[in-house]
Amino acid sequence: MFGLFESRSDLPLRTDASRRFLPWLVALNVYLAALALAGLMALGDAVSAWDKGLTGSMTVQIPAPVSKDGDRINDNAPRVARALELLRAQPGVAAANALSRSEMAALMEPWLGSAGGLVAELPLPALIDVQLRDSAGINAEGLQSVLAAAVPGATVDDHKKWLDRLLLLIHSVELVAAAVVLLVAGAAIATVIFITRTGLSLHQDVISLLHVIGAQDDYIAKQFQSQALALGIKGGAIGFLLAALTLGGLGLLAGRLGSQFLPPLSLGPLQWLLLAGLPLAVALIGMATARFTVMRTLARLP
Amino acid sequence: MRYGVGPEVLHDVNFALAPGSFHFLVGPSGAGKSSLLRLMYLAHRPSRGLITLFDRDIATTPRHELPELRRKIGVVFQEFRLLDHLSVLDNVALPLRVAGMGEKQIRDYAEELLSWVGLADHMQARPAILSGGQKQRVAIARAVISRPKLLLADEPTGNVDDKIALRLLYLFEELNKLGTTIVIATHNEALISRFGHSQLHLENGEISVRAATKRGA
Repeated sequence: MFGLFESRSDLPLRTDASRRFLPWLVALNVYLAALALAGLMALGDAVSAWDKGLTGSMTVQIPAPVSKDGDRINDNAPRVARALELLRAQPGVAAANALSRSEMAALMEPWLGSAGGLVAELPLPALIDVQLRDSAGINAEGLQSVLAAAVPGATVDDHKKWLDRLLLLIHSVELVAAAVVLLVAGAAIATVIFITRTGLSLHQDVISLLHVIGAQDDYIAKQFQSQALALGIKGGAIGFLLAALTLGGLGLLAGRLGSQFLPPLSLGPLQWLLLAGLPLAVALIGMATARFTVMRTLARLP
Repeated sequence: MRYGVGPEVLHDVNFALAPGSFHFLVGPSGAGKSSLLRLMYLAHRPSRGLITLFDRDIATTPRHELPELRRKIGVVFQEFRLLDHLSVLDNVALPLRVAGMGEKQIRDYAEELLSWVGLADHMQARPAILSGGQKQRVAIARAVISRPKLLLADEPTGNVDDKIALRLLYLFEELNKLGTTIVIATHNEALISRFGHSQLHLENGEISVRAATKRGA
């Protein structure tokens, strides 16, 4: 079927050894680029999900009060109620709700399992989820000072520190993934240049004959670029198929683990479409590279 | 003209070919006949001097316009230079394909010409299986298929027997009668004297013109 992409050629490019290994080199490049790009997109989704979930919200932590001799006092409810009252009175606060025991148990589940009784036994602090109005202008320090006097020991976390560190890590990983995509594109271009130059050198006699009988450089370049496009599409399709299988397998494994620890690794239809465009993009880059290489070389002929 | 930094192969070569004329290019081996032909079919640029082809100064003609001039020149190479991966038909059709002619017309022209040179039964054959004489005829058919204004042939009779050589010369004469200027580089004294066309004598990198003699045949 890939013969459809190749036009009739005066140059015996079909017999070149490069024809056998170029598709596999392109396949490898597309495979690596697809994995890197998929990782890039999945991380991007995770970052925006975390960012969206945590921006505009704060978490207030009310530790259980302890007696002077260090014994734990279980009843934290009055302190929580006082904190809720104060928080809800703030103009910038849209909502403030204490997390129930079952919600706390769900949060602890990845670490402690689903045994709800254990959570009840632990001296866990009470947590209040605070949702802020869009233009609230409230910061964690401001809220903390409001609560400090009425509810000693209460702390306010706007997740900024954690989120900033996480974002720094993820952006670093994104940069590495983007660098991989660029390196792979560079490797693909270098491969096509090398193979095209080899072809030019191998078929020097035929090219010189075509030149003498009046072929424009474009006529000769088209034969090289058609071959590069056909082989690029063939290799790209193989690479994409392998990458899709790998991503599918990884998604399946991640699904089995449960998603509490991992960001969502599945890709949306648009992202799959973008990935599917990768082999075509690589093939087009290969075609343009082949054309540029041939035109540059032929320009040296009289 | 010189190759790279080597010695000048040709120098002080001055001549003009009248349109529709017929010439033999003669001279001892190594005199520069092939180099002169290479200059004429624009495979080389002269290191100095002036070449005017079809009223165009080659030195000032933009590079992208040179292919158009080359299409007006037919070349029969000494070593044929046929493409072994293409059929005889495709080899002959090459100049027309390069010029962008339609496939149907190309096929008609190529088949007609191959029949004319006696290779109608070998159209789909690969050049590798042809005899020297047959290859020569394919090379000539390729050179003349686009009705060139100038035909340059480098030892076109070097690989064929006298009978075929004579036939080829008659073929060139036919083409010449249709208005094509012909230059044939050859060592074949018998043919030169038989046909008696004007001679461009090249020796020691210099050229002299000997007028046509009365036809011997």
